[in-house]
Amino acid sequence: MANASPSAVATELVIDVRQLSTRFGDHVVHRDINLQVHRAEVFAIIGGNGSGKSTLLREMILLHQPSSGSIKVLGVALKGLSREDALDLRLRWGVMFQHGGLFGSLTVLENIGLPMREHTKLSDAEIDDIAAAKLALTGLKPEVGAQYPAQLSGGMMKRASLARALALDPELLFLDEPTAGLDPQSAAGVDELVLHLRDQLGLTIVMISHDLDLLWQVTDRVAVLGDGTLQAVGSMAELSQLDNPLVKPFFEGARGRAAHTAAHLITQPKESSSKPK
Amino acid sequence: MGSPGRKVIVLTVSACSLNFCALANIGQVFDAHPVCGGAQTRGRACPSLGRLMKPNPTAPAWHDYRLVLARVGRSAVGLFEQVDAMLAFLGETALAFVGWLFNPGRIRWRVVLFNLRTAGFDALPIVGLLSFLLGVVVAYQGADQLRQYGANIFVADLVGLSMLREFAPLITAIIVAGRSGSAYAAQIGTMAVTEEIDALRTIGIEPHELLVLPKIVALVIALPLLTVFADVLGVLGGMVMAKAQLGVGFAEFLDRMAKAVSITSYLVGIAKAPVFAAIIALVGCFQGFRTRGGADSVGRQTTRSVVQSIFLVIVADALFSIAFSVLDL
Repeated sequence: MANASPSAVATELVIDVRQLSTRFGDHVVHRDINLQVHRAEVFAIIGGNGSGKSTLLREMILLHQPSSGSIKVLGVALKGLSREDALDLRLRWGVMFQHGGLFGSLTVLENIGLPMREHTKLSDAEIDDIAAAKLALTGLKPEVGAQYPAQLSGGMMKRASLARALALDPELLFLDEPTAGLDPQSAAGVDELVLHLRDQLGLTIVMISHDLDLLWQVTDRVAVLGDGTLQAVGSMAELSQLDNPLVKPFFEGARGRAAHTAAHLITQPKESSSKPK
Repeated sequence: MGSPGRKVIVLTVSACSLNFCALANIGQVFDAHPVCGGAQTRGRACPSLGRLMKPNPTAPAWHDYRLVLARVGRSAVGLFEQVDAMLAFLGETALAFVGWLFNPGRIRWRVVLFNLRTAGFDALPIVGLLSFLLGVVVAYQGADQLRQYGANIFVADLVGLSMLREFAPLITAIIVAGRSGSAYAAQIGTMAVTEEIDALRTIGIEPHELLVLPKIVALVIALPLLTVFADVLGVLGGMVMAKAQLGVGFAEFLDRMAKAVSITSYLVGIAKAPVFAAIIALVGCFQGFRTRGGADSVGRQTTRSVVQSIFLVIVADALFSIAFSVLDL
């Protein structure tokens, strides 16, 4: 298992998963998974359908209890947390769900303001101002704020969901399939947005994605899940050299190669000048 | 209960269970097809695929007792699993309720009031209309019998007692189960499918506190009030019919009813309503939270919530009848 570049070892661990196993009845989803995510890193989890990516993400965000093993997020062990501690921890991260998870009975602006209304003592006017700022940050027009989620397109919904995830200025951001179902142009917009968030706000970002363009453009390291275990961890360039039968399919075929060459055309000149770490 | 009564019940129950057994086993004879859902018999064309379904020679005979045992076992396990989930749900709801009691500032009054309006106030027309019609029907059915004996005035006893004690609470609960219980299941179920419940948890809002408790509190307040409204409209319906069919005037009717119906009868009817309300709200929300997968699951859970809550309401009503007769109320 190829591990992180030497410079990353010194940096602070944001997520530390050790010996994690998950079972649903007789069905084993994960077996002895170990992985670490460092601060200000863009980390992706990939794997085929049913490889347990979503379950792993749900375990990291306290929506599912692993069968055994430990997970530490932001230095706090997730097992046996009291309600108050769990709440404190939840307010330190933001989650963007695959289908947005926006509340259909609230407008976009109310959706973004909801975490603040619940957990801060800010006035309504202040909350609306901050919500509008978050909306602008994700590249949505101000008039979108008054609309209901049902009126939004898929791409707008994801951006609005991201704006809500950013409402409480989290240190850590989880993205579940940020570009799935988007047209190429919107997907490219998400690439830029993710990089912007990491570079400007110093966020640590953990995502699930199948989008090879996104993976090549923005990720620092990628973990490949397959067959219930962690197959490999490394940068996309490192992974593309591996001979593992469960990793190779991601990089082979026309789609994989096209994304690779596109990535080289775009990132090559940049890489030498600004390697964020 | 006399022995003829018991015989009838035993016969009905055994006939029903035999029918169910037969149906369950016949289902096995048909090759269940994923598209037509087992609607076609062997050897006939499957409408969706347009090809013949071949009989499966290795399938065990339908009267194989092991099949029946396996089926019974599976449904028993399913039942236990459901009871287990229900207990977990009740526990979480109770925990959220205790949280409210210790910290009344967290009570979401706006949501409670909103639910009070949708489940209570907005249900007034339909509850009023149906209980009025029920009063009309009871008086009409009674009129024929009473006229034969010249006991016209007793229509007040009949309508007053039956509406206030039984019909008004029951019809109100059934309407509300169909109206609000299903809406609860559908709302929560849809939220589960669209990841809104997960989103609530991740932004630090306890879903039970926002989605379940306000509904229970609102319905426990609303249903007794609706029952009183149904009492009034039901008796009004009976009065209209008594005047039209039996020539019993409104004043006469009310005078007789005041003598015949004790305040206990009235209170007994109202007292059931909060229990019915709790059943409806809990079952609706519970089934909503059990929604998994996609939109079809929402529909399934919604149907289940209505069937189960009406079933449990009627069972609770029967238990109340026994309890009240033991207590001599």
